[in-house]
Amino acid sequence: MKSKSTPSLAALACLAAAALLAGCASGIKLQEAPVETRTPTPVGTTATGQTQPPSGQAGSTSPTPQSQVASVDLTRQGAAAATNGIGRVVYFDFDSFVIKDEYKPIVEAHAKAMVADKQRRMVVEGHTDERGSREYNLALGQKRAEAVVRSLTLLGVGPNQVEAVSFGEERPAVQGSDEAAWAKNRRAELKDR
Amino acid sequence: MPSRRQVIGALGAWGAVSAAMPAAAQFRVEISGVGATQIPIVVGNFRDEAASGVTLGAIVRADLVRSGLFRASDSPQPLDERSTIVGAEWRARGADAVVGGSVTRLADGRFDVRYKLLDAVRGEELLGRSQLVVAGDLRLAAHRVADEVYQALTGEPGVFSTRIAYVLRSGRRHALYVTDADGERAQVALASAEPIISPAWSPDGRELAYVSFETQKAVVWVQNVLSGERRQLANFRGSNSAPAWSPDGRELVVTLSTAGIAQLFVMAREGGTPRRLTTSNAIDTEAAYSPDGRFVYFVSDRGGGPQIYRVSAGGGNPERVTFSGAHNISPAISPDGRLMAYVARQGNGAFKLALMDLANGGAGGGVRLLTDTSDDESPSFAPNGRLIVYTSRENRHDVLMTTTLDGKIKTRLVSTGADMLEPAWGPFNR
Repeated sequence: MKSKSTPSLAALACLAAAALLAGCASGIKLQEAPVETRTPTPVGTTATGQTQPPSGQAGSTSPTPQSQVASVDLTRQGAAAATNGIGRVVYFDFDSFVIKDEYKPIVEAHAKAMVADKQRRMVVEGHTDERGSREYNLALGQKRAEAVVRSLTLLGVGPNQVEAVSFGEERPAVQGSDEAAWAKNRRAELKDR
Repeated sequence: MPSRRQVIGALGAWGAVSAAMPAAAQFRVEISGVGATQIPIVVGNFRDEAASGVTLGAIVRADLVRSGLFRASDSPQPLDERSTIVGAEWRARGADAVVGGSVTRLADGRFDVRYKLLDAVRGEELLGRSQLVVAGDLRLAAHRVADEVYQALTGEPGVFSTRIAYVLRSGRRHALYVTDADGERAQVALASAEPIISPAWSPDGRELAYVSFETQKAVVWVQNVLSGERRQLANFRGSNSAPAWSPDGRELVVTLSTAGIAQLFVMAREGGTPRRLTTSNAIDTEAAYSPDGRFVYFVSDRGGGPQIYRVSAGGGNPERVTFSGAHNISPAISPDGRLMAYVARQGNGAFKLALMDLANGGAGGGVRLLTDTSDDESPSFAPNGRLIVYTSRENRHDVLMTTTLDGKIKTRLVSTGADMLEPAWGPFNR
């Protein structure tokens, strides 16, 4: 889903500039105006404390002077200079919540950055493949996210620095109904807040 | 049923103000069961229905056929409620019952829908009714005729004037729809760029609880269907999901992950502090109340794979309900409390709709599969307990299906190029 960071000088400059902009928020695009009827109450009110992206910086599609920075997703990686270059996705085996050895360095690197900067906040999103019920998959994804959060806190990250949430099967990284697609969808994504 | 009429009238007003965006056509009968006992009935086109713009007779026939209990045909000759219907003549043609009706536009713009139902076997008139409705309610008038005919001939209430909620997903667009039980007249209750799952009707049919990801995490909302007013019911740390109303409508069971893993909690319908219902170190989710309110059925993987359990609504030690198969999920309890529909993964990986007789279920018997398909999800009982709506996959898209409890008669609702998900059959209109 997200391209892995491939920092170029221009991208880094852009990131630095972005970091100056109000901590860069979370890049959440709330659904403000329903496409169809029947929603007099605006969606996306408060409650989670998530902030809107500053105007003019609402996504990676804003015009940029140099084409080579167009692929950098500021909304995902803006404040993450210290963890730039570290992977952000942990993949899981079928029906498993165990963080495999190959992904432990990712978790450890993020933990190190968060311990060094207690202001840093992350959300860990758990995901599953499409098989089974949406609600059960939501719970499975939560279990994967919690496994990553548990590892982070064991490494010294404060419980208030990180929240585990789940999207279940709702946001597949890859479309498809075969094992290759499913394997890419069974994952936890570490995202800056 | 005066209050039922009021609700229907109000719904008509709603339909008038909301921009209609038909998501799909009618549920079409897909498989007709062989050997099923079906009442042969003739339902003539209503006199002057062409002028009304609504094919009342065809709607009544389609409703009755979809129930699986009728074989309905048009009348070879014009019929209305004033026709002299001689039972013996219709018996000779193989009809057990005959419906004739008419629709007349009144000076004030409303329509007078009249019909008569004749029992051809006994030669006696069973029903003769008149309804005054606005143009937008002509379809509902037809559904009510079908409900009344169904009840007169089967002794059970019909569900043709009830509604079904479901989620339509098309690319990045997600919409919660409410549709007539025949799939027509779908209206958007909520549109979002983020997923919506698990709609659940309040027992009075006025509110829908559901899970929306609009704030980038799963939060349980409750929305008034008529007004569109909505509120967050559960928005705690982690994920909030799987709302299930208690039969009295005062409480909901929700799944929260505040304990670090999905567990069941009870909340007042107004919100407030959740009370923990299950305590395990495994996933507990997908709650469904028994209609008497005594038990909460749910899915847990405490024994390894996901299985269905039930716990007293007041808490306590859960007991396991499903024993055959490694993966049983998504319980739905029939309105009489005797049957449980759920999804059972088969040895070959297929997910199939299953039905368990709860009286015999514990003994390991009383389970039967209702489908030949392999990606069934989300069963929900019609309020009369005679049909189940669920989803299945066809040509890479999820479609809505209904089935009779014997699995013999199925209908299908397709939305071209979109997925239809998470159906929830609403209660009888009150």
